[in-house]
Amino acid sequence: MLTRRDTMAIGLGAAALTLVPGMASASAVDEAIAAFTGGASVSEGGVTITAPEIAENGNTVPVEVDAPGAASILILAAGNPTPGVATFNFSEGAGSQRAATRIRLGGTQDVVAVAKMPDGSFKQAALEVKVTIGGCGG
Amino acid sequence: MSDVRPRIRLPRSAKAGDVVEVKTLISHNMETGLRRDGAGEIIPRQIINRFTCEYAGQQVIDMELHPAISANPYVEFDVKVEGSGDFVFTWYDDNGEVYTETQSFEVG
Repeated sequence: MLTRRDTMAIGLGAAALTLVPGMASASAVDEAIAAFTGGASVSEGGVTITAPEIAENGNTVPVEVDAPGAASILILAAGNPTPGVATFNFSEGAGSQRAATRIRLGGTQDVVAVAKMPDGSFKQAALEVKVTIGGCGG
Repeated sequence: MSDVRPRIRLPRSAKAGDVVEVKTLISHNMETGLRRDGAGEIIPRQIINRFTCEYAGQQVIDMELHPAISANPYVEFDVKVEGSGDFVFTWYDDNGEVYTETQSFEVG
């Protein structure tokens, strides 16, 4: 027999399940980082992410990444349906290893940046952005 | 897409060796491939998937874009200018189209 408590539990479970397909799992983020680093270890710091603490509109969130001396910077959105956002590859003509763009965030989540340094090492930073209205359409 | 239009903002002037800030925007829906139309059918993905800039024949930046880049993709970055030359900006669309914008820049 279904008690009131059981019904609540089933409802909560269903709600949790429906949330899952909309979010990149932690492993998807780890896989994206591993694909970028080739499995090399990643140290914290050396990358600066600039983004609003609270973004009212997830459809267009300004994000800037800066990693002095980096060859490339990968940006991931840990809570989007797929984590990939962008990769910047800087060449000899670049005046800095900084770039800014506008991104879609499906909800409150961490924005992750991983920088590849010319010596083959990797640096990482993460910044939480609170999103009031999600930007994944659908 | 017929309404794709690039826009570039460069500083008015620069001296040799300066680092100049370049702002670019191209009008494009950046359709994610996650949305459905009124009939419930998935709207196919169509985004700008790559953007590059070179200055005076030298590569500056090569960017890979995913569906999480907002509509009308905006990109801002810094370029070191040693002398006058042409900026060449190129956007690559999922549908195979390539949009190019060239602007000459005076360094003096």
